[in-house]
Amino acid sequence: MEILHFDIAAPTPAGGTRAMALVGVVASGNLEVLVERSDTPDRCAIEISTAAHGFRDLWDAVVADFVGRRAAGGLRIAINDGGARPDTVSLRLAQGVRMIEEPEA
Amino acid sequence: MTPVEILASLFPSGHSVSAEGDLLFGQGTLPGGTVVHVVGATARAPIGIDQAIRLSGAVLEIARSDDATPILFLVDSASQRMSRRDELLGLSEYLAHLAKSLLVAEARGHRTIGLLYGGSAAGAFIATALACGTLVALPGAHPEVMDLASMARVTKLPIDVLEAKAKTTPVFAPGLDNLVSVGGIAAVWNADESLADQLQALLARPRDGDDRAALGEKRGGRPKSARIAGEVAAAAQA
Amino acid sequence: MSDIRQSWYEAGARERIAALVDSGSFAEFVGPERRETSPHLGIFDLPAQFDDGIVVGSATLDGTPILVAAQEGRFMGGAFGEVHGAKLTGLLRAAKALGRDVVIAFDTGGVRLQEANAGEIAIAEIMRAVVEARIAGVRVVGLIGGRAGCYGGGGLIAGCCSTLIVSEQGRISVTGPEVIETNMGVEEFDSRDRALVWRTMGGKHRTLIGGADVFVDDDAAAFRDAARAALAQSARPLSVRSAYPHSFALSEVEGLGSIDGASTSLSTNGGGSIDGASTSLSTNGGGSIGGASTSLSTNGGGSIDGASTAPSTNGSGERPGLDLDTLAAEQARLERRIARFGDAADATDIWQALGIDDPKAVPDMPATAFATLAAQYRESADDAR
Repeated sequence: MEILHFDIAAPTPAGGTRAMALVGVVASGNLEVLVERSDTPDRCAIEISTAAHGFRDLWDAVVADFVGRRAAGGLRIAINDGGARPDTVSLRLAQGVRMIEEPEA
Repeated sequence: MTPVEILASLFPSGHSVSAEGDLLFGQGTLPGGTVVHVVGATARAPIGIDQAIRLSGAVLEIARSDDATPILFLVDSASQRMSRRDELLGLSEYLAHLAKSLLVAEARGHRTIGLLYGGSAAGAFIATALACGTLVALPGAHPEVMDLASMARVTKLPIDVLEAKAKTTPVFAPGLDNLVSVGGIAAVWNADESLADQLQALLARPRDGDDRAALGEKRGGRPKSARIAGEVAAAAQA
Repeated sequence: MSDIRQSWYEAGARERIAALVDSGSFAEFVGPERRETSPHLGIFDLPAQFDDGIVVGSATLDGTPILVAAQEGRFMGGAFGEVHGAKLTGLLRAAKALGRDVVIAFDTGGVRLQEANAGEIAIAEIMRAVVEARIAGVRVVGLIGGRAGCYGGGGLIAGCCSTLIVSEQGRISVTGPEVIETNMGVEEFDSRDRALVWRTMGGKHRTLIGGADVFVDDDAAAFRDAARAALAQSARPLSVRSAYPHSFALSEVEGLGSIDGASTSLSTNGGGSIDGASTSLSTNGGGSIGGASTSLSTNGGGSIDGASTAPSTNGSGERPGLDLDTLAAEQARLERRIARFGDAADATDIWQALGIDDPKAVPDMPATAFATLAAQYRESADDAR
């Protein structure tokens, strides 16, 4: 497995009060995204575990795009990747943020 | 050891165990006087619905009695029978029924001891040896959940790569040592000493719950099972 | 509430639990935030999943506390690994200690071969835990209708349950079609003959021969209703069961899971299961008949009268569970099956022997019509499972 770490500035903090959200599953072409809160509201930390080695640049771009477009501040995100395409990754990240911002049941 | 040798070592004064196809049924008396029922699946034969229903019938007959007679299950089987007919008729039910019969017999006071002296695999292993309260093996037994060639096909990994990986972990490769390591087999008996003595010693020790995960943790083959099962059970009862 | 029908087959493990239990009542044990992943998949350079492919916890169903587990068939084919199995074992041990009923949503190819030895022992531990819980009077209800079916050791665990609820997609078998073909040849089993797979292992056949108790449409609400009815029975199955109305109780279930919708079978070397059928089956047959009530009565007389089940929990709390009588009845039931159908070459021969006039019509029969037919002709496993 290749483990990638990103910790980048995320000016817009995520809303909501849920402690965590989980979307997706680990399967071929798919991934799971676990979203949790951190104590640094202006950063977003992302850890990726992937069996597809050598795609750091691609992940870098997807993550930068995500943090630029979504309210990702104060989130700690862990990803298990089954070889998902970048558009699938982006969609899951967006779903994860949306889910953690949902009102609690 | 062959079944004949095993039975001779277990019951030096004789026994009534006889073969019915590849199955064994009967009983013997240990030197200390304890009567032991014997069932067996032998000759590396697969276990299909016909074998399973015959074995469960014998186990239930024993279970009906309140005399707490132990049941010794001799196992040298292949896997479950792989056929269209067996699956059409519901092999999963027959194998589960055999396992349930052993488990209910045990709950009714009959110790159930599996003695793996040859092979066993997959569903047949689960429904026979692994459904016993205590499973012991003889040296040379060769349980396998799946053979490496089939595993290589499914994982698309070369067999020599799998063999190399198998040297680093007991968790997937066939073999007695590996099954001992994950806690599936309580002990490997000494074939050069009296099996009767070893069985009597086993029966003298009370059995207390399913300790396979704890054994797997102690032996290093299953590092997480015992703890995870315990944490889930505790959380549910919190 | 919604009238939108939710496919059980397409749903993920978490969606199934959300569809089954009272809204907001589910509390997960050792959840994904704990990151208790498989310690073994890394050996094969395979990605882990935070919940190891199974979700376990407590919930209420119509206000009654239950324990619930759901396998995720899309991760490693729902196969049993060390952690996956241990979570279910722990849940079942708690069920026995608490005297609390359990619902298990199966979706599995069997033992996870990358950790085959750990998975094999885990299945043995789970079967023991199911039986011990049932002896103590706990009901263990299995739901089968997922992508991976219920194969290998999963089929053996299912065979230990008090009640099995299946949809047409709910294939139950020990050896999967591909494995039979690989080991015994295509003459023995042509795994590419999907119709053969369905009529040999699918939910309709299992219902007809008594291998499953309740047949439902591929609809999460139908599974929920059937589970509710099964839990309302005494721990030992009753010889007469009533059908129950269908209530479209879809609440906050939301399809976050499958964006791509496609059945992403693991075709890479992630392919999970030893004995399972790893092919993904396309759903066509059991299709959509508008979510009609298709839960079927198992009383031999065959009237689906829509009466609600009378809960038979007796006031004393005494709940007779699995015992020798149950197994003696099962022994007789399974012996009779071999005697009656042991020479049948195909499922259609068995269906004909059951008295069904046009057995070839069964596979294409909509769920409601099938339920009516089955209620009249099927072998029942009441009191004998």
